[in-house]
Amino acid sequence: MVIAAALGAAFILLPFVGLLRRVRWASLPGDLGAGPARTALLLSLGSSLAATALALVLGAPLAWVLARMDFRGRGVLRALVTLPMVLPPVVGGAALLAAWGRSYGLLGAWLHDAAGVQLTFSWWGVVVAEAFVAMPFLVLALEGGIASVDRRYEQAAATLGAAPMARLALVTGRLLLPSLAAGLALAWARALGEFGATITFAGNIEGRTQTAPLAVYLLLESDPEAAYALSVALVAVCVAVLAALRGRWWGVRR
Amino acid sequence: MALAGLVALAGSAAGAAPAGALPAARAAADPLRGELTVSAAASLGDAFARIARDFRRAHPAVRVRLNLASSAGLVAQIQSGAPVDVFAAADLASFDRLAASGHLARTPVAFARNRMAIVVKPGNPLAVRGPADLTGVPVVALCGRTVPCGAYAAAVLARAGVALPESRVTRGLDARATLTAVAAGDADAAVVYATDARAAGRAVTTVEIPAAGNVVAVYGIGVVRDTPRRALADAFVAWVRGPEGRAALAAHGFGRP
Repeated sequence: MVIAAALGAAFILLPFVGLLRRVRWASLPGDLGAGPARTALLLSLGSSLAATALALVLGAPLAWVLARMDFRGRGVLRALVTLPMVLPPVVGGAALLAAWGRSYGLLGAWLHDAAGVQLTFSWWGVVVAEAFVAMPFLVLALEGGIASVDRRYEQAAATLGAAPMARLALVTGRLLLPSLAAGLALAWARALGEFGATITFAGNIEGRTQTAPLAVYLLLESDPEAAYALSVALVAVCVAVLAALRGRWWGVRR
Repeated sequence: MALAGLVALAGSAAGAAPAGALPAARAAADPLRGELTVSAAASLGDAFARIARDFRRAHPAVRVRLNLASSAGLVAQIQSGAPVDVFAAADLASFDRLAASGHLARTPVAFARNRMAIVVKPGNPLAVRGPADLTGVPVVALCGRTVPCGAYAAAVLARAGVALPESRVTRGLDARATLTAVAAGDADAAVVYATDARAAGRAVTTVEIPAAGNVVAVYGIGVVRDTPRRALADAFVAWVRGPEGRAALAAHGFGRP
């Protein structure tokens, strides 16, 4: 059994060992600090943070409702809003085009004609695509956290005269911090790694919509060294996220 | 090429046999059998799908697997050891790179020609008449710089004296993806192969580029050195260059080499 487990671990770890061996460490700063790799990395950092913020704004109320309100179809709603987690990202991109595309989109055509806003091929398009795939992670983590908050703390605060907003900020909010942090970190890591929905919906414009994963794919053909350097940078970010979470998955274990 | 020629003759003879004439017996007598992996430029997709079908009809014991991507991507795959038998690219430079890394069995041959065209949204709402008008287009889709169709598009733009800022250019991963940005997405125009423009039908309007301002894209085909199916690979190459292959390519808009 131990041998089988070692095989399983090796299966996951071997590609990373390969990546670390393949990268040219001496020129790593140069490969990352210049040209399309640098542009893409900065763009990815900005857009993924914005996507995480968007996921929080849209996802937090949803998590609250899913955790606290009992209504018909709650399970179905939860399953539907987590669909982007399991969907092939390129299908997500196609769906986003069908909703927000200027030419053939459900709302996109109206948005363009009425407000002059076009999401496709724009930086905001990247943010929307990343938030679309990342939000379910935040919703699930936060919902788990909210559901496991002991409501007697809130009741105690209420009997002591705390107003609803004060209760939310001082009592419930405090208890939710770990799951909120876990949800934000997972959503951010997912947004940072987004490829399929981004290239389908936002395109591949250098300096505007070409994110780090897109740059890795393109650089593998033209400048493999830079591609591997960028890959290692993305792995490092994800490892940092996992380290920061320290096993606090989904916020259920406290 | 002598061997390939002989095999091609044999192939044509088998193909010319009456369709219903004892296929099982014909398959048993056919020395060509096995599975052939053909890596082809994305722009060859439709034409090679038909060629593969016809080839299989002539040689029932053969199965052809098509692997479609950008020529540059396919070169990278072969160089990293992908088990490919035949490689068909949208240029000849891809073969130079394969030859330099020792992945080619022999000198490749040119087998088809293509040219570039501009595609725009149906009805041409931005009134694009030629490459020079692309400067006024919000989002132009071009192939990646390292991909053949990207190099051809760059040559067309350079000939017209057009410099597009990179901030208005979205780069498709291959020729077909670049077309899709206009056909299914929100890009306003793209410089793509004339064959792809034609395949898109009514999803786009095509603006032809006159020969004087256009390029000639020469497609090459070759056998990968490490193939364990050399005879089968040679036979497929000969078929592509033979009458059936030429007919299929012509039907999809490709010119003779």
